[in-house]
Amino acid sequence: MLDAGLTKKLWHFTLEVQLQVDNQILVLLGPSGCGKTTTLALLAGLFKPDEGFIKLSKQTLYSSEDNINKPPQSRDIGYLFQNYALFPHMTVRQNVFYGLKSKRYRQAGSALDPVELLDSFGVGHLIDRYPSMLSGGEKQRVALARALIVQPKLLLLDEPFSALDRNTKTGLRKELKKLHRQWQIPFVLVTHDEEDARFLGDIIVTIENGQVGNHSLNVVLA
Amino acid sequence: MFLQEMDWHPVILSVRVAIIATIIVTCLGVPLTRFMARKEFYGKDVLEAAITLPMVLPPSVVGYGLLMLIGKKGLLGRYLADMGVTLVFTWYAAVIAATVVAFPLMYQSAKAAFMSVDLDFEKAARTLGASEARIFFTVTLPLAWPGILAGLVLTFARALGEFGATLMVAGNIPGLTQTIPTAIYFAVESGKDVLARTLVVIITIFSFCVIFWVNRWAKKQKY
Repeated sequence: MLDAGLTKKLWHFTLEVQLQVDNQILVLLGPSGCGKTTTLALLAGLFKPDEGFIKLSKQTLYSSEDNINKPPQSRDIGYLFQNYALFPHMTVRQNVFYGLKSKRYRQAGSALDPVELLDSFGVGHLIDRYPSMLSGGEKQRVALARALIVQPKLLLLDEPFSALDRNTKTGLRKELKKLHRQWQIPFVLVTHDEEDARFLGDIIVTIENGQVGNHSLNVVLA
Repeated sequence: MFLQEMDWHPVILSVRVAIIATIIVTCLGVPLTRFMARKEFYGKDVLEAAITLPMVLPPSVVGYGLLMLIGKKGLLGRYLADMGVTLVFTWYAAVIAATVVAFPLMYQSAKAAFMSVDLDFEKAARTLGASEARIFFTVTLPLAWPGILAGLVLTFARALGEFGATLMVAGNIPGLTQTIPTAIYFAVESGKDVLARTLVVIITIFSFCVIFWVNRWAKKQKY
């Protein structure tokens, strides 16, 4: 369960975010430049809000009132970047193992086998390749595996289909929905494509004039 | 044979000075550059201009500045002299001169290299739980490495060839502070053409080999 209420003054408008998601897929729908990516960055702790709060599974990640601001390293939030941000100098294996080597994760221990996870995503055979040798769809699967291997409590996806051709995209959309059912964590997905939003979203939030929120349930389709 | 009779001191000293200067420039320059490439603060432009200045100033001006600083009556030299440390006219002064003059080259290359690293890689590493130090050594530095390596080569080459400032602060004491460039100058001055020619050939071949080898090696580092 994610519960967030944030404001951030940007140079041309003030972003107001009100979100509540259970183990559902929440889609943020809006044109580019409306603050969708910024919203994800605020949730992940990559960008500091002016005020508000973020609670994830009863843990407070950010609260301006109580002066809490957990760094992204300890938020347990997975982030799928628009360009996937796979480390270009590391193989698929090194990319996926990267998160497992962090101190926080080594202490927690894991029940997940990275090789099995890659296999289940259909990219197990690419384990020794570099990202530059992968197709867009393959990159996305590897990036998903890398984000999920550390067992995050929330997954953020920034325009996951924008770099893909239509056929790949249709296939991956279905896989993503299936994946969500398996993982049982909230997904917050950002897109400008209404069709993607309708296909994937349990909750769809449209962003207008910097107002992001399903608190007041602006628009709920699906 | 002539090479066996030749005084190798300037060659050895030049290489030693250049290597030490390159190490100092790298150890100071890379962290400083990383900091400057990502942080905005008041007076940053002034600091950057000051760092780059030795690259465009005449070497004699840099040499004079260094004398004012580390000379026996200089701002710093005064206190060093009290402690019994003299820097001018020792080979340490040659290292300092080479470091100051070559520093801007590393700064420019490394800064461009750090700025070319997509911030999303660092952000991704952060969401994967990596500490800032681990991110620097496993993500930022490897991705900026080709540019830093270019800076390293330029620094070494510049340090090896440093003449003007070195002459002013370290002098031209054969066997002690005489480097290849100063040795060449004084060989020509005193009509020792064979010695001058030999040193010219040595420094040219050596510099060529270093640059050639590093470029070859850098080519193999592409992903």
